[in-house]
Amino acid sequence: MIQSQGLGYHYPGSATLHFADVEVAQGTVLLLSGPSGCGKSTWLALVAALMAPTVGSLVVAGESIGTLKHVAADAWRARTIGFLPQKLHLSAALTVQQNLALAQWASGVPEDPHRIAHALQALGVAELAQRLPSELSGGQAQRVALARAVLREPKVILADEPTASLDDDAAAQAITLLHVTAQRQGATLVIATHDARVARLIPADVDGKNGFQTMCLKRWSQHH
Amino acid sequence: MKTLQHAWRFLWSRPLGAALNLLLLSLGLASITFLLLVSHQLNRAFDRDLAGIDVVVGAKGSPMQLILSGVLHIDVPPGNVPLSAVRELEKHPMVASVIPISLGDNYQAFRIVGTSQAYLAHYAASLSQGTTWTAPMQVVVGATVAKKLGLQLGQRFVGSHGLGAGGHSHGDFPYEVVGVLAPSGSVLDRLILTDTASVWKVHEEATALDADDLAVMAQEREITMALVQYTTPMAALSFPRFVNTTTEMQAAAPALEISRLLHMLGLGTDVLRAFAGVLLLTAGLSVFIALWSAVRERRADLALLRMLGASPGKVASLLLCEALWLACLATVLGLFLGQGFAAALGWYLQLDSSLLLGAMVWPQELMVVPVLAVTVALGAAALPALGAFRVNVLNLLQT
Repeated sequence: MIQSQGLGYHYPGSATLHFADVEVAQGTVLLLSGPSGCGKSTWLALVAALMAPTVGSLVVAGESIGTLKHVAADAWRARTIGFLPQKLHLSAALTVQQNLALAQWASGVPEDPHRIAHALQALGVAELAQRLPSELSGGQAQRVALARAVLREPKVILADEPTASLDDDAAAQAITLLHVTAQRQGATLVIATHDARVARLIPADVDGKNGFQTMCLKRWSQHH
Repeated sequence: MKTLQHAWRFLWSRPLGAALNLLLLSLGLASITFLLLVSHQLNRAFDRDLAGIDVVVGAKGSPMQLILSGVLHIDVPPGNVPLSAVRELEKHPMVASVIPISLGDNYQAFRIVGTSQAYLAHYAASLSQGTTWTAPMQVVVGATVAKKLGLQLGQRFVGSHGLGAGGHSHGDFPYEVVGVLAPSGSVLDRLILTDTASVWKVHEEATALDADDLAVMAQEREITMALVQYTTPMAALSFPRFVNTTTEMQAAAPALEISRLLHMLGLGTDVLRAFAGVLLLTAGLSVFIALWSAVRERRADLALLRMLGASPGKVASLLLCEALWLACLATVLGLFLGQGFAAALGWYLQLDSSLLLGAMVWPQELMVVPVLAVTVALGAAALPALGAFRVNVLNLLQT
């Protein structure tokens, strides 16, 4: 599902940032860890086709990132990538239902109230459809944001620091929810985090082994 | 459509700011609407009421006053002129026709005008009821007068002295309504027309001391002015000078006086136009600041839309549609506010019943209002939309 080889990105005025090669199968979990400033955001941006690799190759869901141009990249991202940001960014002026409708508009599909209801139902927040984000608890808001991320049943779900500022119970719930949702949809789940608890919270696979693989990034500076 | 729907929601997510911007933009557009309406209605009234009148001959004084009082009936006349002098003018080879106008009385602020049947013919007036007068003290009332005063055929009334309400009543000389004019949109709609002899009868018989006195008055009859048509356009060069230099009367050319009036009004209009421009500019700036702040506040939300697959153009279109909503709402509000201002001014100056100024007139010139609204709104939204277009998604990932 995600394959990279010799992947690197060069920020103008800086040295090139190189990433380890990875091969993540469909329906599995990748933990992207490392301290702040190590390149997690850059790697996520590359996988989401927000920018093209400067060196190496990156193939996501069968698409070679870098060959996609602007509009095609946007359309590809809309149907392939689901994104759960660290700050949830639910529009305060819109109800839960309207936030999800806005996501459908953004991804270029017709507004579909049934699909929205279904996504909210799957995450157990159907009854919150008409509430404003300010009327939601932190956990409810995260479920709504996840419903928004998986609305188009993406092949890859990118979760950016999903447990930041959550206590242990809430963090466990968040990771379980993400994992279950990704499993249900057969999506590859990428969790970018520097929270050591996340690795412990992901359930083991059927063989009792780690249900995920890890890509650990190191701090990067111009001297590298 | 969905973009408009989402833009509408975002617009009203800041209700106070949106309402203030809407108010500012609407006020600017209302000012423009008001100016266009006033200018259009005055031009239309002048074109309509002055058509076919080459020169107005009346008492010496202000030529503009002569035109305003005798043709548009919105001012008092400078005085009267001897009937004999006007009769002399009728014989002039450059004069094709003369319509006498005698003013002096009113009925509930509507002017009673003594004239001839030629006055009706000049404006191609038609009757909706009854006939024209065949004897003194019979009147034909304009459509507006009949409607506002509820005058009907056969009804009798007495006039009051003066051109506005409040003068003493000519109680012994009642008029009888014999005809009602169909609405024509001309000055006739708001006049009460009668034979010139009626005016003489009311004033002479009321003031004469005896039969001899009455006979003297009949010898020295006057009218207020005469509307003159030339036989040839060349007369415009010499006839006014002839009247002004060889008689005790003055000749005023409507075209000249109205163009002078419009020039004077134009100075005031320019000031109002500049004021409206400043209002629109302020509104534009305010919309710009609001949208710019919105982009700054919602930068992450907009970046998220990009992350969800929206193209930069699509994200920018949200901002542009917000501005378009403002433009649409402000256009509607501005047009109706402008109509309200025109109605208020017409009412205040009592020009509403004179058909000179009123509301709910929709000339084509008003098409400029939505064009201006869209131009200002989109102009103000251009930079914020560019900001939305360039929103950096990486910032979203780094927060």
